[in-house]
Parts: sequence; structure tokens; C-alpha cells
Amino acid sequence: MTTRREFLAGAGLEALAAQLPVIALAQPKDSVTIAMTLEPPTLDPTSGAAQAIREVTLQNIFEGLVRMDRTGKIVPCLAESWEVAADNLTYRFKLRTNATFHDGTPFTSELVKFSFERAVAPDSTNAQRQLFAPIAAIETPDPVTVVITLKQPTANFLYGLAWGDAVIVAPASAANNKTSPVGTGPFRFVRWNRGDRLELARNDAYWGAKPALAKATFRFISDPAAQVASLRAGDVDAQTNLAAPEAVAQLKADPKLKVAFGKTEGEVILATNNAKPPFNDLRVRQAIAHVLDRKTIALGVYGFDVDLIGSHFSPLHPAYVDLTNTYPPDLAKAKALLAQAGHPNGFTCTLRLPPPAYARRAGEIIAALLAQVGINARIEPLEFPQWLERVFRGKDFDLSVIAHTEPLDIGNYARDDYYFQYRNPEFKALIAKIDVTLPEAERNALYGEAQRILARDAVNGFLFVLPKITVTAAGLEGMWTDWPLPITPLAEVVWR
Amino acid sequence: MLAFAGRRLIAFVLTLMAAALVIFLMLEVLPGDPAAVTLGLNAAPEALAALRAEMGLDRPAVVRFLAWVGGLVTGDLGLSYTYRVPVSQLIAERMAVTLPLALMAMTLAAAIGVPLGMLAAANHNRPADAAVMVFAQAGLAIPNFWFGLLLVLVFAIGLGWLPAGGFPGWQAGAGAALRSLALPALALALPQAAILARVTRSAMLDTLQEDFVRTARAKGLGEAATVLRHALRNALIPVVTILGLQFSVLIAGAIIIENVFALPGLGRLVFQSIAQHDLIVVKDLVMLFAALAILVNFLVDLLYGVIDPRLREAA
Repeated sequence: MTTRREFLAGAGLEALAAQLPVIALAQPKDSVTIAMTLEPPTLDPTSGAAQAIREVTLQNIFEGLVRMDRTGKIVPCLAESWEVAADNLTYRFKLRTNATFHDGTPFTSELVKFSFERAVAPDSTNAQRQLFAPIAAIETPDPVTVVITLKQPTANFLYGLAWGDAVIVAPASAANNKTSPVGTGPFRFVRWNRGDRLELARNDAYWGAKPALAKATFRFISDPAAQVASLRAGDVDAQTNLAAPEAVAQLKADPKLKVAFGKTEGEVILATNNAKPPFNDLRVRQAIAHVLDRKTIALGVYGFDVDLIGSHFSPLHPAYVDLTNTYPPDLAKAKALLAQAGHPNGFTCTLRLPPPAYARRAGEIIAALLAQVGINARIEPLEFPQWLERVFRGKDFDLSVIAHTEPLDIGNYARDDYYFQYRNPEFKALIAKIDVTLPEAERNALYGEAQRILARDAVNGFLFVLPKITVTAAGLEGMWTDWPLPITPLAEVVWR
Repeated sequence: MLAFAGRRLIAFVLTLMAAALVIFLMLEVLPGDPAAVTLGLNAAPEALAALRAEMGLDRPAVVRFLAWVGGLVTGDLGLSYTYRVPVSQLIAERMAVTLPLALMAMTLAAAIGVPLGMLAAANHNRPADAAVMVFAQAGLAIPNFWFGLLLVLVFAIGLGWLPAGGFPGWQAGAGAALRSLALPALALALPQAAILARVTRSAMLDTLQEDFVRTARAKGLGEAATVLRHALRNALIPVVTILGLQFSVLIAGAIIIENVFALPGLGRLVFQSIAQHDLIVVKDLVMLFAALAILVNFLVDLLYGVIDPRLREAA
């Protein structure tokens, strides 16, 4: 195939051909192509749990009353400011006056009421309805004021309003948001070629600062080798989280690219069935904890160091406490604990693994480590739907490896029916106390206590947090490199 | 011929109905709830119940089977559980990638494989023959995804001539669309070309032994005319059979290549819908592939008649 430049050169117009790149450089680049691993199934973050929906839409197409910034802090968004009454029950939000939806619908307090009531309606498929459970009443005294009254003080109420499940939608467009989303955000939806790419364009009527990018394309590339190839060929300008950790060295060596290692809220655990013998015995779980050499496991999975955890908490959060030394690697101690528990020669159990590479790789290393003390963990790979059905909902498992990616999800350990079936009244009381403790320092201290209890009880094997490997073209700035929330806001992305 | 076609048509419909029942039953016993997959780890039971009702999963299996088959007959393939759009729309979008890809790959394979096979047969036991056989061995031995990666390394990363993957869509222009299909088509075509080269060679060798070829040579016909006009047509039956088989393989079996090149084709849709438990898409696609395979076999039978008039009379 003859390209235009070859044709021009062949026609004796070398001088003109040489001009072409100069013309292209005269204007600063204002479009970007960003690759991500998973494709969103729909584009409505209020009706489905898929992370990819949020990654594309949150803070780009849709916005909530508040938003999370790249450091994890809650900052104003569609609400310009808010006041919390002394009883911690009444939130008065002052709304933006100049925000409109992409179809021209003005943003008003009525739409806040509509969105939150829609989320808890009987036919709602909102995956995080519990965010709205504390709400007793929503009042709209005027178009720019919303007053929300809670049933009881709820420390993480505002935090939850920054999630994709709490974005503000309009009655005229809400039903079609799955396929043609209409929000208030800095970018509007243009086109979606399912299976390949999704295009966004700058919302020129945006209420906030005008984004530098005029056009953004998300590409969906799941194959790790294809991710690397598209980056190196320059087909894409960035990959939000590289699925090929083994290619990191190769990409770092490429001067056209830069690689950043960041943290996420995804705690990877060796999930343990606390209700099933022999795992209901604290000594057995402690023995396993002494066997799990996190550094070896993480290195085996990624080939480079990632952040290790000793409890169910991400180092991204200010309340994080380093508990990785609670049960340091010690085979002799592990054997002694097993003997005390009546298993001097170990035992046989299953290790049911979901499909992600981190789970499969970590699972094999863990099985090898457990074999050192006579625990014969038989690996059973499962597809994700089967994992959900058998392990998560059916609680039919001994051990499993999974990442819990929702931010601040330590409260799950207070749920008796949760799949690892940890039942501790002391912990439940503590979580209940955290829920009503609003001063941040006090609450963070309580979170520290909660982390210590889980570490002490060796509820699960706490391994590491999923790293975020952001690869970008050398000139691209402003991408999120940490994931306090797994999203890719484009408003601050710019070419230098 | 008509009676023959009619009998084939009845067999076609019966096979499809049997396939529908088997597919439905197999997916029915598979554990896993599509609604739970959509709503994830923290879903409230009320939300799950609402979604199950929305997806129609709260109805008994018999009702769902009849609704599905009824839909197939009337052309309504249902709504995808994951994408929440009509399955027929999804399939049409993916066909716009897979069909041109398969056609390109098949044309390439035939354009490379058939002449090579003829060349080898005409030069039996000479260096050209050996070279073609080495190519055929290598083409069969090299996994096509690995060859695809190699092509990307050379033409996308090294030379920067073609994109490493993805599909800009036909709205971006035929040039851009064909450019992104070039490398995957080549990767898909290589093993098929190797097979075709071998089949063509052995069929040609058989034909070249025949009496009528000797007669053609005896009456003073040139070598080229002998091979092209007399031998080739008679050697085409096995070649066309293989081409027909390859076409179904190319439509349904491009899963790996479509993943390597991040192409939004049918193969990738199968892969995705299985992983995401989008059972309605899986069911419809498996039905589609079954129908396609049977249809292609039917067309190949008809082609035999065109190539060899004796078969027409026998039918």
C-alpha cells in the first residue's frame, strides 16, 4: 500500500512531504486515546457493579454532589458547598447554579431528589443501594438547595456520594443512560463501537474549568500482549492499568513511554472459610499466616515489589496501620500451631481460584508454601460466574484468592452472612461505632483498632494491594496514577 | 436436484432444532446467575431480584426455552444480559468485522496456497517442491497467534506501517478499516494457505497421473495449458471441500487472533459472553455457528455439482 507521503515523494514533491509533520506540530495535540483492560457492559453506573462503567463515565460524563480527587479527598462537585448540622443528621447542600446536562436540561435540586429516590425504588438495580439506606428524607426548599436528613449519623455518607452509584441523572434521559449516557460532566458521549472503542468529546457548556482535551477515545484491549503492542506501536497514548506486569521492563526501556506504579483500594486476600473446620480454629489460621510469605508471593505474581498488607486495609487511606509483622514467616511456629490444633501432619483442602492472573499465580505459590507444613491445598480453577455462585454466594469453599476492590470495605467483616463467615461481636460493635463517629482523627483511630482485630484473628490471609501500573506516552500529563477510586478522569489530562 | 435440496433442507431444520435443545439444556445446567455477575459482590437482594425479573430469569425453564425458540423463528434474538441491547444488533456489528476478515483471510489463503500447491506438483521431487513442502510444514507448525505477534512486532512496532490492533469501524473509511484487518487476515491465512498448498499438491499429483492428462500431453498441448485447463479443474474437488471447512473455522474460530489484535469480531464476542455469563448471547451465537456450518456444507455440495457435472446427474 502506498501512503500519501510515499506517493508525494515519488511524484518529486519531497519538499512538500517534508512539510507535513511540521504542519501537524503547529497545533498542540488535543485528543487522546486511552486503553483499558475491560470494556464496560453498559454506560450507566447506577445499574451494575462493573468497575469499567465507572472508570469510563465517572467524573467524565456523570457527576455526583461531591467527587473524590486523585488523593482520595472528598471535594465539592455539583454541590458547591455543604453544612452538616450539629446532630450530624442534617446535610444542607448548596448546588451549582450554572450546571446543565448534555441535552440542555438544567441541573436543579429536584434532580438530586429524583436520582436518590430512583436508586432505592423497588425496580432499581443499583448495586450499592445501601449507600442511600441511611436517608430519612430529602427536601428541596429551592432549586439550588437540597436538605438531606439521615436516620442516624453516618460517617461515610459523603464518601459514598462520590461513588458512581450516586451520580445525578435526569428523568428524561435516565432510562437510556445504559447505551447513550447524558450527564453533567466535562465530557459528553459521542459514539461506542462495542468491543473496540468509545468516543467522548469536550462539553463546551461545562460549568467548571474547560478541559484541555477536545476529544478522548477509550480503547478496550484485554489481551496483555496486545496491550504492550498497542503502546509500543503508538496506537494508544496510555494504558490505565497494564495487565502484563512481565512487560514492565520492556516498556520502561522505551523512551516514548513512561511507567508509573501506584496504589489501589484492592486488597488481595487468601479468603478463608472461618465457619468450616479446620479453619474455624484460630491456631490453624495463625499457622497459615506464618506460612504466607507475602514478599515471595507478590514478587512471584508481579516480578517487582508491590505494597504488602497485614490486614484488610489499603495503604492509600490515612488510617492505614502496618500490621505485616503480626505473624512473620516462621515454618517451625506454623508446624507447632498445627500440631496444637490436632493436625501435626497437616491436612488436605481445596483452593478455588477465580480467573484473574493475580489470583491464579498467587494461588499456585500459596499452594507450594502451604505444602511445606503438610497442608495439601488442591487448586480448582473456576470461571467468575461459578466462583460467584459457589464460593461467594454458596460459601462452598475452604480457601480462595480474590481482590476486594471497593474502597473502605472493612465493614464487610461485620456481616455474619458474608462469605468468609467471620463472626465477632467485638468487631461488629467497633464498626457500628465507626459508622457514627464523625471527627476524622477519632474515626481513623477506630479504623486502626479494627485492622488490628482482623490481623490478630488472622481472619483471612492478607497479602498485598493490587498495583496500578499506568503507562503513558512521554508527553501526556495529568492521568491518575493512584486509584483511591478506580476511575480515569480526563478533565486534567493534557499534552506537554 | 430439487428433491435433493429439499431433503437437505428438512435435515437442516431438524439438525437446528436438535442443536437448539442441546444448547439450551447445556447452558441451563451451568452454575452461575447472570444477574449476580452484573451486580457484583455487594449487591442487595432487592436489586438482584429486580434485575432477575428485568432479565426474565424468574420464569420457568420451559417458558424461557419456548420464548427463545419462538424468538429465533421470528428473528428476535433477545436482549444481551450484559450490554442490554438486542443480540441481533451485537451480531450485526461483529459480523461487519468478522465477515470481511474471514473473506480476506480465505482469499489470501487461496491466492497463496493453491498456486504453491500447483507449483509443487508440477515440479514434483524438485527443489521448488521441497521448498513448498517446507513452507507448508512451517505454516502448520507455527501457531497463528505467535505469527500474529511477530507481524505486529515487524509491521506495527518496527516499521509503523499498520496499526497493532483494534478496529476504527467502517465509518472511519474503508482504507482505515482494511488496514487494521490486514495483519490479522495474514496471520489467519498462513496455516490455511499451508493446508491448501498440501491438499492442492496431492490432488494435482493424483490428477497428473490420469490418462486424460497423458492424452492432453500426447496431442501436443503445452505444459501450462495441460496443468491449468485439464488437471486443475479435476483437482479442485478436495480443494473446495477444504475451503468450505475453512470458512466455518474462520468465522467461529478466530477467537485467539481477534484477542491478539483486539478486534471486535464474533470470536471475541463468544469469548466475552462466556466469561461474563451472557448466556443469551452464547446461546444465539452457538446457534448461529451451527447454522453457518450446515449452510456452508450445503453450499459446498452445490459447488461440487458445478465443478463436476457427473455429480449433478447422480444427485
